[in-house]
Amino acid sequence: MKICARLGGALLAAALSTTAFNGAFAQEDTIKIGVLHSLSGTMAISETTLKDAMLMLVEEQNKKGGILGKKLEAVVVDPASDWPLFAEKARQLISQDKVAAVFGCWTSSSRKSVLPVFEELNSILFYPVQYEGEESSRNIFYTGAAPNQQAIPAVDYLAETEGVERWVLAGTDYVYPQTTNKILKAYLMSKGVAEEDIMINYTPFGHSDWQTIVTDIKNFGSAGKKTAVVSTINGDANVPFYKELANQGVKAEDIPVVAFSVGEEELAGLDTGPLVGHLAAWNYFQSVESDANAEFIETWHAFTKNDKRVTNDPMEAAYIGFNAWVKAVEAAGTTDTDAVLDSIIGVSVPNLSGGHSTVMPNHHITKPVLIGEIQADGQFEVVQETPAVVGDEWSDYLPDSKDLIADWRKPMECGNFNVATGKCGGKGS
Amino acid sequence: MLIRIFSLIFLVLASAVPPLAQGTDPKPLIDALAKANFKQAEELIAEVAATGDPRVVAPLEAFAEGDLYARKADGVVFIGRSAGSQIALVDPLTGAEAGEVAKSAATKIKVNNNLRRAIRASLGGLTLMSPDRGARLQAATAILGAPSAENLQLLEAALAKETDAEVKTRMEEARAVSLLSSDRSLEEKRAAIETLAAKGGRKAISVLRSAQSSVDEGLKDDLDKAITAIEGELALWDMAQNVWYGLSLGSVLLLAAIGLAITFGVMGVINMAHGEMVMLGAYSTFVVQDVIRSSAPQLFDWSLAIALPVAFLVTAAVGLAIERGVIRFLYGRPLETLLATWGVSLILQQAIRSIFGPTNQEVGNPSWMSGSFPLGGMMVTWNRMWIILFSLSIFFALLVLMKKSFFGLQMRAVTQNRRMASSMGIRTPWVDAFTFALGSGIAGIAGVALSQIDNVSPNLGQGYIIDSFMVVVFGGVGNLWGTLVGALSLGVLNKFLEPWAGAVLGKIFVLVLIILFIQKRPRGLFALKGRAVEA
Repeated sequence: MKICARLGGALLAAALSTTAFNGAFAQEDTIKIGVLHSLSGTMAISETTLKDAMLMLVEEQNKKGGILGKKLEAVVVDPASDWPLFAEKARQLISQDKVAAVFGCWTSSSRKSVLPVFEELNSILFYPVQYEGEESSRNIFYTGAAPNQQAIPAVDYLAETEGVERWVLAGTDYVYPQTTNKILKAYLMSKGVAEEDIMINYTPFGHSDWQTIVTDIKNFGSAGKKTAVVSTINGDANVPFYKELANQGVKAEDIPVVAFSVGEEELAGLDTGPLVGHLAAWNYFQSVESDANAEFIETWHAFTKNDKRVTNDPMEAAYIGFNAWVKAVEAAGTTDTDAVLDSIIGVSVPNLSGGHSTVMPNHHITKPVLIGEIQADGQFEVVQETPAVVGDEWSDYLPDSKDLIADWRKPMECGNFNVATGKCGGKGS
Repeated sequence: MLIRIFSLIFLVLASAVPPLAQGTDPKPLIDALAKANFKQAEELIAEVAATGDPRVVAPLEAFAEGDLYARKADGVVFIGRSAGSQIALVDPLTGAEAGEVAKSAATKIKVNNNLRRAIRASLGGLTLMSPDRGARLQAATAILGAPSAENLQLLEAALAKETDAEVKTRMEEARAVSLLSSDRSLEEKRAAIETLAAKGGRKAISVLRSAQSSVDEGLKDDLDKAITAIEGELALWDMAQNVWYGLSLGSVLLLAAIGLAITFGVMGVINMAHGEMVMLGAYSTFVVQDVIRSSAPQLFDWSLAIALPVAFLVTAAVGLAIERGVIRFLYGRPLETLLATWGVSLILQQAIRSIFGPTNQEVGNPSWMSGSFPLGGMMVTWNRMWIILFSLSIFFALLVLMKKSFFGLQMRAVTQNRRMASSMGIRTPWVDAFTFALGSGIAGIAGVALSQIDNVSPNLGQGYIIDSFMVVVFGGVGNLWGTLVGALSLGVLNKFLEPWAGAVLGKIFVLVLIILFIQKRPRGLFALKGRAVEA
């Protein structure tokens, strides 16, 4: 039955997307870019916004005269939250639509699914979401946060300013929380936190009954040491989690929760009054005060014709990725993959928090880490901002990846160079 | 010019209220907050509180709420209330109005968890003697979390005057906490441990455990004994709490499944669009609340009561349309029904996504659905309690409808023997249609309740469809009592497995157990004869 359902969904989605977008056939001299975000299925809730953001960026670029004298054209496909379908759609974008670059994916599973396609067909993917690291591909640029650009600074903040000594690592049961928690556990233990002061808890996708777990957290927090929760709970499950926290009276002053997947968009479905003071770590908040951000928000509201639509961190990552690509293409004078891969390294573009982000040789970017506290109006207030941090693809806190580095410049051109053995090719891809 | 007028007003006001004799003037301290970082602000808070001036309560409270602003022009600190694009400024000490400025002309003074904690503790000291009983109780609770020698003296002074029994107990507990970390005599500390042991609960354990490392050697035994005693008591309450959680989860399952118990259980239609009926119910709640918010905000606490009939009518109408439009052509062909209703579910989901957007919609909790109350050693959240009561009342209302009403009689007649019922003059197609509408309407009502604890998004229904089928099949197709027993026992089973196996494995175990059970008893807990069985 399940397979049947899947297959049906895939067929339906495929039918929908082909009919929807074949109509927009382009005149010859446009440059096409692919937008690969789920518009239906479970991930539509997060990814649709990114699709809109990409369309807005393309429109803005075209207002400025396009790129290399040609207009940009976005080719939107719907992989329907189905990981294998992501690979098929990526192949279609590259081979049939001949796009110059693709902006897309949200979950790590979808990224892993398209990675071989991009390497085989030699195209470029910009991936705009925070992820667990432990990967560096020649054809992918990771403009979201690596663990050292989000998780580790957040834990440092709690330990230093709030004096937290006991940690609950709560996450959804899949690759991003598992890897992040592994890195965090190693990091905390290297800082002298005892193993019995770390509690790790996983829940299924879309978990909605948090009564037992919130009680467990309260119990764990009654050991006489300051306790905090580090949450890698994903998407939909957050709303019932926060509602349960609020109802059981877990206040941020007693047990603060710092989340890595909760942004303005997720809070939109919640009454945040009882949650004031709980934290999130990102590289961007809508409340950041900078001219670039004010302009971005204004354009966004005008584009969506809705001044209540919030902006969030993955949108900023998409913004940085898109602008970096535009700059690299202009520098290279062509959209040819190899030329762009060469010219993009070292490209520096403004980010929305008032600084610049640079594309590094490991295909990650530099960005500041912001810690924000939830406010009653559903926005975040920045309580700490670090200087720009370079994304670290291979974690320094995991034994089998601490010797690995990635450098895609010539002559090294390696995504997993082992500095201990001096050879390319260690763990992973 | 404006600024000059403001400062003039301010000067006049400031001179009108002379500073109290007992300490320094808090005004410069409060103004210093404008330039302080978090660390300095924490010290300033302590200094402000140390002035002992009762007027500082207002600015401190405002600071904790994030309502303190510094005017950019002169750095003077005010309490600000947002009024459209303006901020209305109020003098922090006197409460005198100081005009409105544009949002960009004032900087909000940032506050974080640490500062909020510090403020609560300081406020506790300031309001301990307040004439208001609630304020004293709150103050004692705040001090409970911030033991210090000064607070000990404050508490003892307050205790001497206190007459209210509940406040007195709370103060004594707070005194015990502060006493443990002070340099008082062993005897007094022993008494303090006893007070805390008598209080019991998580907070007491937390305090006693943190005292374990610093306390004098002679008290170690008393401390351990107190901790063991509290833990023993808590273990029992944990058990009760678990049963309660199980019932609560069971009631959610019951809510989700009860509509399906009619469409699938009684009629035998494999209705894959059942989850979407729940989702439509939740969206009806959202729409109702939206209308109430914009046109009659005072009715907000009634929004759920208003949403119930709306959701019922909307989903029943959709259900009726589905039955008349699709399902009636497919009776007796379960595979086609399954595919068709599944297709309907996709259409409904995408329709909602197109109308309301793919993101979560905010459905507010009325005040009577928020928060929790203690029951012995466990916490009972209001929303869960209402949902348990609500699902049980829906269940019994449905039972009465099925057993006592004429419509119920017709429904059962058609279910048990369609042809005979038809020969007796019952218009079976219409009975089918209304039965399906009833099942859908009840799913919609369930959606109203579930909107209180879950996301209101187009995917809401998907999360419940598998669970609903599980409950109905486990309980016995066609039997309402089976659905009740099935839902509650699955809920309790799940909650007892969860602490032991984790949420992920727990769920898998439950599924495996159900599969084994169905192997043994294919017709579920309470098997019944009916069209579903014959088909």
